[in-house]
Amino acid sequence: MTLYSLLIQPFVDFGFMRRALVACLALGIGSGPVGVLLMLRRMSLVGDAMSHAVLPGAAVGFLFAGLSLPAMGFGGLIAGLAVALLSGLVSRYTTLREDASFASFYLTSLAAGVLIVSLHGSNVDLLHVLFGTILAIDDQAIFMVGGIASFTLILLALIYRPLILECFDPGFLRAVGGRGSLYHVLFLLLVVLNLVAGFQALGTLMAVGMMMLPATVARFWARSLTGMIVISTAVATLSGFIGLIVSYHASVASGPAIVLTASAFYGFSLFFGRSGFVRRLFPRVHLSG
Amino acid sequence: MSAAIDLHDLTLTYERRPAVHHANGRFAAGSLTAIVGPNGAGKSTLIKAIAGTLKPAVGRVERNQLATRHIGYLPQAAEIDRSFPLSVADTVMMGAWRSIGAFRGATRKHAQQAQEALGAVGLAGFEQRSISSLSSGQFQRVLFARLLLQDASVILLDEPFTAIDARTTRDLLQLINAWHDQGRTVIAVLHDIEQVRQHFPSTLLLAREIIAWGDTADILNDDNLRRAKNMAEHWNPDAQPCDADAEQTL
Repeated sequence: MTLYSLLIQPFVDFGFMRRALVACLALGIGSGPVGVLLMLRRMSLVGDAMSHAVLPGAAVGFLFAGLSLPAMGFGGLIAGLAVALLSGLVSRYTTLREDASFASFYLTSLAAGVLIVSLHGSNVDLLHVLFGTILAIDDQAIFMVGGIASFTLILLALIYRPLILECFDPGFLRAVGGRGSLYHVLFLLLVVLNLVAGFQALGTLMAVGMMMLPATVARFWARSLTGMIVISTAVATLSGFIGLIVSYHASVASGPAIVLTASAFYGFSLFFGRSGFVRRLFPRVHLSG
Repeated sequence: MSAAIDLHDLTLTYERRPAVHHANGRFAAGSLTAIVGPNGAGKSTLIKAIAGTLKPAVGRVERNQLATRHIGYLPQAAEIDRSFPLSVADTVMMGAWRSIGAFRGATRKHAQQAQEALGAVGLAGFEQRSISSLSSGQFQRVLFARLLLQDASVILLDEPFTAIDARTTRDLLQLINAWHDQGRTVIAVLHDIEQVRQHFPSTLLLAREIIAWGDTADILNDDNLRRAKNMAEHWNPDAQPCDADAEQTL
């Protein structure tokens, strides 16, 4: 087998592979930076909870329009934003912390979503929603995923400075009159949007994989925020590409192949990254000054 | 331009319990005041309210037409994520928020000012260092450099010398004295009574209620300190609604 037939030919021969690749690249470009900021805000598990929270909305969209990404995406967006808003309100006005309220709402959402799909669809439909079908992605879905990635980059560029400040030193931002809660809400909107974009490819259960695994990889290698965002985006897009190749040649499901590829990057970084196990166990000779 | 800060019947609460109870008084324009008191006295809560980051339950903080952007606030070190991947230069540049805000780009002039501020706190050449690689003292110097860039009329410091070495404390005290000499209003939450006696002309002794407020030499006497120390640190489980608030409601 030549390198060409291994890496290029599947995308030359098959339109569904090309569409899947474009979707993965767009997903990586949007989710990479969002994942880094989510991790730095110590909200990694909140991201996971949110990915489950979109399920009932996606299920309602599925009831009305079948496996249509725009319909399911719109439903997922509404459900995700509702959970984010309700969790924020609960943590603001009660003694429950935000992670605990997110956990309560996402479990409720997950159960409601599975119930809706199982009542009105088949097990195959349920598997599509839970684990994604990136190889069945159509042009309309590509435009949606690409649109979300573009919107993410534009909005991040606009709110980058206050978002960073709100994360690093929220007291200072409040004192200088910055509206921290506004940027927090806008950021949650980006998280939900990217999870909605990701669930066609990876399903609601693994959509957050394209966001968080590349971000954790970046933490092992980069010292600056810019470096982290670049590495996270590169790992997310590369995981999409490699995952699709593996899925094609080994005839395995594409979603898990993509997430496991990102996991392989994580495993490698865990051992060989700048702050990984090997550097800790075998420190290099110290410098003189 | 400096400005006075007035407290009008200020009550700040945590779960309805008063952290600061019906405080009245004035931080005079250009004054240098230490807020002292036992643990749980409401010192940090009060300074947050003055900074505008905490909403009063009753009463108000009067800033006498001073815009929020003219107030420089140094939070406690524990409230800042020091593991965040930021450079020293980027951290100091946050002090330029008043002129660049959320969306405008920083200019070469701002970068020059940041460099000068770092030089003033003894950290010239540290611009590209990551903040996570700094010691506690160096990081506190960076936050003071950010305050220098803010060029604020009123400066609020919440426990600025906690876990800081003696030399850094001495250098930063010099900076505080320089701000005072320039006519800025400086208010600092502090624990070291001797330090307050030596460097702060005015003192507010707080124990949820104002015990005493005025010239440091008059305020920090044994009697006042004993009264502050005797403040009950625990909440009264049988506390009734505050009479003063009930009267206002009526």
